[in-house]
Amino acid sequence: MDGKLFHYLGYLMEREHIVKQYDTELNEIRSKLLEMGGKVEAMISNSVKALVDRDSELADRTIQSDHEINHLEVETDERCLEVLARWQPAARDLRFITLALKIVTDLERMADQCVSIATRSKELNEEPPLKPYIDLPRLADASGTMVKEALDAFVRGDEALAMKVCEDDQFVDELNVQIQRELLTFMMEDPSTISRALKLNYISKYLERIADHATNVAEMVIFMVKGKDIRHTTAP
Amino acid sequence: MGIKIKLQNLNVFFGDTRAIKDVSVDFHENMVTAIIGPSGCGKSTVLRSMNRMHDLIATARVTGSIIFDQEDIYDKNVDPVDIRRRIGMVFQKPNPFPAMSIYDNVIAGHKLLGSLKKQESDRIVEESLKRVALWEEVKDRLKTNSMDLSGGQQQRLCIARTIAVRPEVILMDEPCSALDPIATAKIEELINELKEQYTVVIVTHNMQQAARVSDYTAFMYLGELIEFDRTGKIFTNPDKKHTEDYITGRFG
Repeated sequence: MDGKLFHYLGYLMEREHIVKQYDTELNEIRSKLLEMGGKVEAMISNSVKALVDRDSELADRTIQSDHEINHLEVETDERCLEVLARWQPAARDLRFITLALKIVTDLERMADQCVSIATRSKELNEEPPLKPYIDLPRLADASGTMVKEALDAFVRGDEALAMKVCEDDQFVDELNVQIQRELLTFMMEDPSTISRALKLNYISKYLERIADHATNVAEMVIFMVKGKDIRHTTAP
Repeated sequence: MGIKIKLQNLNVFFGDTRAIKDVSVDFHENMVTAIIGPSGCGKSTVLRSMNRMHDLIATARVTGSIIFDQEDIYDKNVDPVDIRRRIGMVFQKPNPFPAMSIYDNVIAGHKLLGSLKKQESDRIVEESLKRVALWEEVKDRLKTNSMDLSGGQQQRLCIARTIAVRPEVILMDEPCSALDPIATAKIEELINELKEQYTVVIVTHNMQQAARVSDYTAFMYLGELIEFDRTGKIFTNPDKKHTEDYITGRFG
């Protein structure tokens, strides 16, 4: 079968390793990454929901859930290290493991951003809402989708999906700029809004940073699939 | 760095069976090239064609050419014995000459070429044994039987014997298969040093060894060369799916 077709169909169509345990271990790492990703998506969604619904208890639960991410980070790192030590993986498998280690770090950072969002949300809930929140939930959705798609792309070796994630970052960047401009207008018109506007500004920035992390993951997918490093080749 | 040996459309037949199919590959001077592949892929057959070992097999026939120093080693004018001096070989099972002492083993090749003064042969023995990091271990018992040495020491002795006649290329056919991990590591270290002076081609079924020890790797399958490239590339990002399947253990 043509090599490209193999890559497109992803790991599901990969030939099995002669020793089943090896494939089992790689699949466990894929599962852990997806689990981590799922929790991060929930944190993104809940941290902004806590703001929109003025639900500080939800914010607190989101902050608490960071512990689960940290736990998964440690577990996944250990599994990756063990596979490296015991199996000396080569080529695509080696790229997969070394990138999984990096992706775990990106996911953990995303979770930290969500904790920051939830903290700002709690603070904002102490004051009257500055305005109806339309764009921040849109930004949260977009970032959350990028995270999900980047991880799906990694686990499946789906280059096309990874490229889409890289392209979607532009929408997030533009929406973030738009939100910041709008908030700046508020601050200029009425200095009493500065405290709240700045906090909303931060939330927007954290969501934009989460999307950047998702783009990092997507770039790694392309490296894993093609062995071609496209990091730092797109304009800032 | 130039090319020391060039295989051009090499075919090896045993009777009607075509064991090696149109293999072309360049072996770089002062580099280590590993040949890897599953059992029966022809890697040892390719190696043995490089010093005309198949001449000793009645049913064997070689076509294509092996260019070594601008000359085809299968040319009618070429002396196969001289080729085997210039292109030496180390085998899987250490094979020091059993009836001979350590000293006599090292100098055996020279004795075939002609007689030497004692001072000269002493110098060659010391130099060769030092080259393989065996001198300190055996200098006080050079006249003892070579079979008294450990497996790893015997293999190093065989390498000393090979380099004593000043070859240009060293062919190694699974040189560490019969050795323990420490002896293996010592041979690998030696290979690293030998390449400064010689061109090394090593056949190994141990992929991690190929990855550690070689600069270039050739992957063979069913008598064909599937891929040849820098070792780093082969083991991180090979071009052919077939190669990747083999080195990731996904061969059906």
